[in-house]
Amino acid sequence: MLSIKNLHACVEGKQILNGINLEIKAGEVHAIMGPNGSGKSTLSQVLAGNEAFDVTAGEVFLNGDNLLDLATEERAREGVFLAFQYPVEIPGVSNLQFLRTAVNAMRKHHSKEDMNAAEFMKLAKEVSKQVDLDPAFLKRGVNEGFSGGEKKRNEIMQALLLQPKLAILDETDSGLDIDALKVVSDGVNALRAPDRCIIMITHYQRLLDHIVPDYVHVLADGKIIKSGSAELALELEAKGYGWLGIKDEAVANQ
Amino acid sequence: MATTDQEVRELIKREYEHGFVTEIESDTFEPGLSEDVIRRLSNLKQEPEFMLEWRLKAYRRWLEMEEPEWAHVDYPKVKYNDISYYSAPKRPEDMPQSLDEVDPELLRTYEKLGIPLHERAKLAGVAVDAVFDSVSVATTFKEPLEKAGVIFCPISEALQKYPELVKKYLGSVVPVADNYFAALNSAVFSDGSFVYIPKGVRCPLELSTYFRINAANTGQFERTLIIADEGSYVSYLEGCTAPMRDENQLHAAVVELVLLDDAQIKYSTVQNWYPGDETGKGGIYNFVTKRAACNGKNSKVSWTQVETGSAITWKYPSCILRGDNSVGEFYSVALTHNYQQADTGTKMIHLGKNTRSTVISKGISAGRSSNAYRGLVKFNPGAEGARNFTQCDSLLIGDRCGAHTFPYIESKNKSAIVEHEATTSKVSEEQMFLCRQRGIEPEQAVSMIVNGFCKEVFKELPMEFAVEAGKLLEVSLEGSVG
Repeated sequence: MLSIKNLHACVEGKQILNGINLEIKAGEVHAIMGPNGSGKSTLSQVLAGNEAFDVTAGEVFLNGDNLLDLATEERAREGVFLAFQYPVEIPGVSNLQFLRTAVNAMRKHHSKEDMNAAEFMKLAKEVSKQVDLDPAFLKRGVNEGFSGGEKKRNEIMQALLLQPKLAILDETDSGLDIDALKVVSDGVNALRAPDRCIIMITHYQRLLDHIVPDYVHVLADGKIIKSGSAELALELEAKGYGWLGIKDEAVANQ
Repeated sequence: MATTDQEVRELIKREYEHGFVTEIESDTFEPGLSEDVIRRLSNLKQEPEFMLEWRLKAYRRWLEMEEPEWAHVDYPKVKYNDISYYSAPKRPEDMPQSLDEVDPELLRTYEKLGIPLHERAKLAGVAVDAVFDSVSVATTFKEPLEKAGVIFCPISEALQKYPELVKKYLGSVVPVADNYFAALNSAVFSDGSFVYIPKGVRCPLELSTYFRINAANTGQFERTLIIADEGSYVSYLEGCTAPMRDENQLHAAVVELVLLDDAQIKYSTVQNWYPGDETGKGGIYNFVTKRAACNGKNSKVSWTQVETGSAITWKYPSCILRGDNSVGEFYSVALTHNYQQADTGTKMIHLGKNTRSTVISKGISAGRSSNAYRGLVKFNPGAEGARNFTQCDSLLIGDRCGAHTFPYIESKNKSAIVEHEATTSKVSEEQMFLCRQRGIEPEQAVSMIVNGFCKEVFKELPMEFAVEAGKLLEVSLEGSVG
């Protein structure tokens, strides 16, 4: 479903990704781990089409479409969703208005009629309950004054609402307490579907206790240096990254 | 990010929608200004003698004054003798009494502007005193107003019918020599609106005036006078568009509001005059003096403005809070792009006890434009217990525009309390990326972000105006992405 071939990317002239190769089949969940600065977030930004990053080589196909030929918003409409590590605030724009605009942009792309305000409200309320967000949040400005945990739940809510083909979760577990982690994980598990693939970027094994991945990859210096099953994450937790011959910053920070 | 800035520039390049010229024959004075021109003007309008004297006094004072240069704007000197000081549709003695009698060409013009007069008035329940060039040519919904005792007519008509009322209040808020542009306006004003709301009357309709500038090189000098008698209320809407022209057009309007005890006026403006093309050529010079005198106790005035047009805007709707417990409010959205320059803000002059004022200003700059907020909050010795709250927020789109804030605070009363908050932010790449990542078009994203930024002001506008204002921002920004 998703095929990343020899992906190279740089930001401000600095090379970050040095040839990523990754195949993800429909229905699979892949976790990407690795020390700080290894290129995990860059990979997510490049897949979503952040123009601050330049792709210098490689190809990315989602269901046969070359994503790299598409603008950010076109990729989104083809089903690429990025749950942000640090969701930005948009003051004065209500979550409801923002989400309805997004949903209708997707619907338009698929030649469907706009969803009216009442219909949308009903849908949004249902989905917000799924991630334990008070529907009152819908009326607040986008991420405005949200706590870290609320922002992350809001991201997962958006994924549930937009039903992407490829969901990329960039450190969705960071800054969450145990209860919030459970809620967010339940949301992600609800996202699992036979026609969807999920990439989870994380530093920590604890997320993978809740969302068991099909594969775990270790990223270092912009390359995948090791891949394995869910057990690989446990091994990393126990041994750190040192045994793979790379710096062990993340584990040290833990 | 280079690509995004490029997009910003591409998207900001949107041509003015209302750029067209209506072909109506005009009866226009030769360019130039002198006492003789003023006499002819006053005579043509069959004004009472006091009016001519008033105009001449203003003209003589104007001759002694200097054009102000303190504003944060830059433009070539206006050649006042190259301007024609009167332009009226033909057959001025034969003014239409209803829309049926209005020149069809004019009605088509309104249609192009998206404001089919009769439909609009009917749908919105709004009485429209349409000012086309310098003479009011269509007035509607007079009857319900007459029943309520409300006077709403061209000021030239008020001079004929209610000379004592005009004489009493004209210049009482903005004296003839108040400033350079106000003096010029006092000397040569062509027409405008006159409103009187009697004691205890709540005006049954929202009063609305659509202004347009049409004939080339004709300065437009509107004069508006609104008097709200004791315990009365009125909401007044003013909206403007102008056709595309190469020459700069001067506009120097004066608006005076008078409020007696317990009176309330809500004055809302959407200003969309031709801002000049993307190289900065053409566009309206908008030098306006707007002021409200809260003479009565417990009176309240709200200025709400959405300024998106004009090459240069020089405008400070102000409140003189003379009556005890009177309230002044100023809510403003000023958007500039390309080479537009705006220096706008307000003056809150606290004279009475427990007077209160609120200032919420939102400046949005795009392209190479410059946008300044200039505000004065003044507490005189008698302003016991007075308070002001000021909030000035600036939003930048792209990296070649400027935003400036010039707050002045003078307090001569120790019990007065003043609060001032100011912020400057950008439509950030992160915000744009978030919106686009959710499938939203860049243009729509900018519009949404800017509308969110203006929310506090838009909620002060009457409903139909709020919708219009939102659309106007969308059109003005269409294509802009940051």
